Amino acid sequence: MADVAEIPYDKITDDIGDYRSGSLWRITLHRLFRQRSAKVGMVILAVLAFTAIFAPVIAPYDPTAVLIGVEDVKKREAPCIHALGCPTDRPQHYFGTDGNVRDLFSRMVYGARVSLRIGFIVVTFAGVIGTALGAVAAYSGGWIDNIIMRVMDIFLAFPFLLLSISIVFVLGRSLTNAMLAIAIVSIPAYARVIRSTVLSLREAEYVEASRAAGATDFQILFGRILPNALPPLIVLATLGVATAILDTAALSFLGLGAQPPTPEWGTMLGSERNQLFSAPHLVFIPGIAISLTVLGFNLLGDGLRDALDPRLTNAGAKSR
Amino acid sequence: MIQYTIRRIFLAIPVLLAVLVVTFVLARSIPGDPCRAILGEKATQATCEVFIRNHGLDEPIHVQFFIFMGKMLRGDLGESIRFSRPVSIILIERLPMTIELGFSAMIIAVLVGVGAGIVSAVGRNSPVDVATMIGANLGVSLPVFFLGLLLIYFFAVILKDSPLALPPSGRLTAGMSPTPFYEVFNWPVEEGSLRYHVYGFIANHFIFNALITGDWVLFWDALKHLILPALALSTIPMAIIARITRSSMLEVLGLDYVRTAHAKGLRKRDVILGHAFRNALLPLVTIIGLQLGTILGGAVLTETIFGLAGVGRSVVEATFARDFPVLQGFVIVIAAIYVLFNLLVDLSYAFFDPRIRLE
Repeated sequence: MADVAEIPYDKITDDIGDYRSGSLWRITLHRLFRQRSAKVGMVILAVLAFTAIFAPVIAPYDPTAVLIGVEDVKKREAPCIHALGCPTDRPQHYFGTDGNVRDLFSRMVYGARVSLRIGFIVVTFAGVIGTALGAVAAYSGGWIDNIIMRVMDIFLAFPFLLLSISIVFVLGRSLTNAMLAIAIVSIPAYARVIRSTVLSLREAEYVEASRAAGATDFQILFGRILPNALPPLIVLATLGVATAILDTAALSFLGLGAQPPTPEWGTMLGSERNQLFSAPHLVFIPGIAISLTVLGFNLLGDGLRDALDPRLTNAGAKSR
Repeated sequence: MIQYTIRRIFLAIPVLLAVLVVTFVLARSIPGDPCRAILGEKATQATCEVFIRNHGLDEPIHVQFFIFMGKMLRGDLGESIRFSRPVSIILIERLPMTIELGFSAMIIAVLVGVGAGIVSAVGRNSPVDVATMIGANLGVSLPVFFLGLLLIYFFAVILKDSPLALPPSGRLTAGMSPTPFYEVFNWPVEEGSLRYHVYGFIANHFIFNALITGDWVLFWDALKHLILPALALSTIPMAIIARITRSSMLEVLGLDYVRTAHAKGLRKRDVILGHAFRNALLPLVTIIGLQLGTILGGAVLTETIFGLAGVGRSVVEATFARDFPVLQGFVIVIAAIYVLFNLLVDLSYAFFDPRIRLE
């Protein structure tokens, strides 16, 4: 078994990739791209992002426009695609129309925008506040830590969806309130992870060095410790986008989130739920979209978690 | 051991208290005028005054809380605004459905999840492992409400008229009604008494009731109606449990004493189940406790899709109607169940890991 020091620098590898490039980010990206599941996730998300960005170009109709007097279509029409044989005198709707005679394809395309927006806003809100709370709790210690963590524990004592519903009960049914409710209930997860990371980094030597050089607590916390707490935060945030989209869709499905005519996939599923037997495409298409989106973020998050796993860094240069 | 138990129980009490306070405050935090928000814009001043007095909303909030605590300790959870019935009675009618659903989903999730996780870990990177992990990823990504609809479509539409067909909604076939066990056994029970309520609560667990009274037609019918919802609800916890079991087992299987056990010549099954699995249990049990939260939340969605009259659906209906006594009472009960279940999980650590007993 070769001693680590005897392996030439440019021959150091692990089973995911090799290490000739230097920075953490280069290595991580390299390892990420080596995983097949993460690549699948990224392809899905690329399609999603493309659809969301170019929605006005891709969508043939206005997603909220009711077409009842405009065209000769009825509600809940089956998909009509001219290239696949639908007679050309009928107006073309790739996915058909929904219960209010709106083009489903356009609503799906704009729904991608809504979903991505939901995901990022919820995660940013919960992530920023959760990180701040966790970092302050861990760095301060003592009674501040105690109080913050007790409050987080109270949040965690409730089942997630139930607490979200209760918050929507207070604030009223709307997409913004649903997002706020889910963000609030998600805060403890970030706080806990950041707290445990900061706790373990607090005693590091570079922190002592910074303090000796005269840096303030704030400078140390935000300049030195938190940047090193980024890897678990990134993983949590990516997976968090998935659950944010899923949970907001759930609330919207129940009628407590996005209200019609907003083209949110959960709302679309919920309002057409009773047409499962007569017009299944109105249920399946939004459902598959939600599932694929969540799958994409989950795969990416899992891939990031494996790529950022510190146990597989230089310590893994020993032969296995 | 006793000390550990007592300490854990003591720690759970403030949590329960906090749950009570938070729910109480949330239920009364509707912005604006509560009377107009609940009864509608057109409520007259007189109606509003009666409403506010009836629900004690004219007192300061800490007084309201103590009144509420006092009533709760006597079993009075308030009265539903919509139905003008005591919340506790509605709870007795609806909670058993959710308990049956949650319990079945949990059992399916644990049995299948743990089994799949162990098989995956033992046969690492085998086709079974890869398939299980792909399945787990899909399971976590499919929304419960979509999966439920897919299952209904498959079993009630595609498999219609086949012997495998399953009913798409409801708890029992229309027209069937269960006879409570105390009537079957001819136990006299006075209506409205405490025993009546307790027995009623037990009897509302249709499957259990049918089991002990020997009503096999009803038993089978109720079971058939429960299969799809329980299956849909169990998927996400199942996927998560499978993943945790796998990773936990993999960690343990790499340890030295497992290699020793193999070297001693123990059967593979004994090594895996007797040595490795027992030591992989701790993180697994924690996750199982947390998954109850997922199940309780997912029950809301499942009950809505499958038309089951359970606690979850009542919470949603109460949110629509701003019926705060129902919301308050049900959320408190559900959260209390969650807290107590996780307390049991905490206490079980001492059972699984002898080192903890000596703390």
